[in-house]
Amino acid sequence: MEQTTNIIELKHITKTYEDGYSAVSDFNLEVKQGEFITFLGPSGCGKTTTLRMIAGFDLPTEGEILLNGRPITSLPPNKRPINTVFQRYALFPHMNIYENIAFGLRQKKTPEKVIAKKVKKVLELVDLEGFENRSIDTLSGGQQQRVAIARAVVNEPQILLLDEPLGALDLKMRKEMQLELKEMHRELGITFIYVTHDQEEALTMSDKIVVMSEGKMQQIGTPEDIYNEPINAFVADFIGDSNIFNGIMTGKLKARFCGGEFACVDDVEEGTHITAVVRPEDVTLTSPERGNIRGIVTSVIFKGIHYEITVESGKNEIVAQSVHSARVGDRVGVEVEPDNIHIMIAEDHTNIFAAEINKNYELEYNGTVLPVALTDVIKGSSMLEDGTLVDSRGLEIDPKKIRVKISIKPQDIELTDDQEEGLVQGSISNMIYKGDHYSYVIHTDLEQDFVVNDEYLWNMEDQVGLVMPVEKMIFTVKK
Amino acid sequence: MHRHTFSRKYLGIPYAVFLLLFVVAPLVVLIYYAFTNGQGEFTAQNLTGFFSDPNTLGTLCYSFGIAMVTTAVCLLLAYPLAFILATSKLKGKSVIVLIFIMPMWINFSLRITALKEILTWLEGNLAYHPFLNTVLGMSYDFLPFMILPIYTTISKLDGALLEAARDLGAGELQAFLRVTLPLSLPGIMSGVSMVFLPAMTNYVVLDMLYNSTYIMGSLIGSYFAAYNWNGGSMIALILLGIICLFTLLTGGAEEENTRGGALL
Repeated sequence: MEQTTNIIELKHITKTYEDGYSAVSDFNLEVKQGEFITFLGPSGCGKTTTLRMIAGFDLPTEGEILLNGRPITSLPPNKRPINTVFQRYALFPHMNIYENIAFGLRQKKTPEKVIAKKVKKVLELVDLEGFENRSIDTLSGGQQQRVAIARAVVNEPQILLLDEPLGALDLKMRKEMQLELKEMHRELGITFIYVTHDQEEALTMSDKIVVMSEGKMQQIGTPEDIYNEPINAFVADFIGDSNIFNGIMTGKLKARFCGGEFACVDDVEEGTHITAVVRPEDVTLTSPERGNIRGIVTSVIFKGIHYEITVESGKNEIVAQSVHSARVGDRVGVEVEPDNIHIMIAEDHTNIFAAEINKNYELEYNGTVLPVALTDVIKGSSMLEDGTLVDSRGLEIDPKKIRVKISIKPQDIELTDDQEEGLVQGSISNMIYKGDHYSYVIHTDLEQDFVVNDEYLWNMEDQVGLVMPVEKMIFTVKK
Repeated sequence: MHRHTFSRKYLGIPYAVFLLLFVVAPLVVLIYYAFTNGQGEFTAQNLTGFFSDPNTLGTLCYSFGIAMVTTAVCLLLAYPLAFILATSKLKGKSVIVLIFIMPMWINFSLRITALKEILTWLEGNLAYHPFLNTVLGMSYDFLPFMILPIYTTISKLDGALLEAARDLGAGELQAFLRVTLPLSLPGIMSGVSMVFLPAMTNYVVLDMLYNSTYIMGSLIGSYFAAYNWNGGSMIALILLGIICLFTLLTGGAEEENTRGGALL
């Protein structure tokens, strides 16, 4: 006899569409009875598709879904003891609230007396007592949301699926509903599977978070785990604000990134390329003499309970949160406690660096204008005749408010003797022979570390130029 | 200081004139004729005459019957088609809809003549099946008016509603009966009113099919042909009353389904 407490299991779930687009690939998940689990990721990461496969609206192309250990992969939605709260509520406009909530019970041929009792009880649960005979369009968004929840939970499902249920509500309403949903989860004791792109929402509400990107699970864990120990740069970047740097281990418990050397607690072998993550609240600003690195304050933004201070050190930017203000132009030192530095072994060593947007709406790095149009970089944007940049909805884009990051793979960068030919110059600070090529770390004049694969042998401390073809660069825009 | 201002209400003048000339005035004339006799004296005789004459009452019932059957045939043909078209994932479905709508663009006397030839070939003598032929001709003529509003309403239905119904335990049939059908009622209503009313009065179809039967339209036509303007006007007025009543009834039903209602 197999005893299982997993209410639902997803095994190697893959969803590929006819046009070859893979929405979800090899997704594995086990959910325990009574858990509040959240699928978190940017739009198009496959979280809603996964939810729809659990609900039964979409069939996986491969893999198996088990409910209480029994396969339900191809069971139609009406045969599953699972109910959904839809993104845009999907309340029936031709029925009043009572009939909307009673829909599922009537389907099960529940006696009218029982229906009346259950509807009354569930309306109390969602704080809408006495709303039975109101019509749907007399309700506010928040109230409609409550009816949608009531309509789902009245059926006493084993699992409640919630597809971005708070997305259409305003901020204040959303915060209230978050707490109420959490409370409801506690009261009802049923398993909640929640989909959102809002990381804060996920962190507040969930027992467990599944971070997804491009159809793949990136990390699964408690909110604390995900926040404190992100498994890769994507998760770190997506969950909370982060400073993310490429770097290298320079000794035992010593790492160099952001143009300085830091003590850390992750024991990673010397010479390993790493990605270092530092949360803004863990960055301490001190006097220039004391910090691991020095820099100049470039912006100070008051955020209510703290100031968000951006410090520029070389070409690196580091964001700090502090209760003390600073002045733009101040020279400061930057200090980070060893256990606040999260070191991840870089998997593909992709170099990520920030580009600037100049007055002419051109992308610039190290004083060189990159031969790429900004309209190609920012999806859906276009340039008006008067030279202003607008997004797909026709709103003006303020170049100061967006950041463009460039990623380029180590094998796509070429080293050259002719330093002027390179986009940026630096000296070789580390090299490893990898069988058919050398992997170099170049410490640039802008205090950044680049990882470059090259088949030719160079020497340590060689001054080189880094040639980076624009067509190999991947641009990501952050607002 | 006097500033000449062009008020927006001046823009309404042409429409007001139009309404007066072509809606209000004819209606007044119609009512005047309906309640007078040939000598211009006021009388309700036309009204009582209509309801006491078994022939006119018979025609009214017969017209009603034809209109009902025609509407039912159109609805039975149009709804499944509109439903299948609206819910299918076919790429070129707008083209298919167009093919069904296209007869509307071909002169209808041409189409009815063609139908007549086919029916003559099939039946031998058209006089044998007057009712059937009338219903066939009218259904053929009015079908697109039923398809289009139903198709539009079903296409506009939020797919999430059906998913919600399935999610709440409804099978495909139940989901259709409890969600799709009631929500496509506005489309059915406007389709019905666009078929039923013309079917009561459009006697050209009958005439062209060499039909001896009389419907309301033919009745009015015959009165006017015999220079009995007063009697003809009264029948037209009664028909108008029936139409108003009908519109009121269907309009009431539509109000309950304001959402998703697509009136053409």
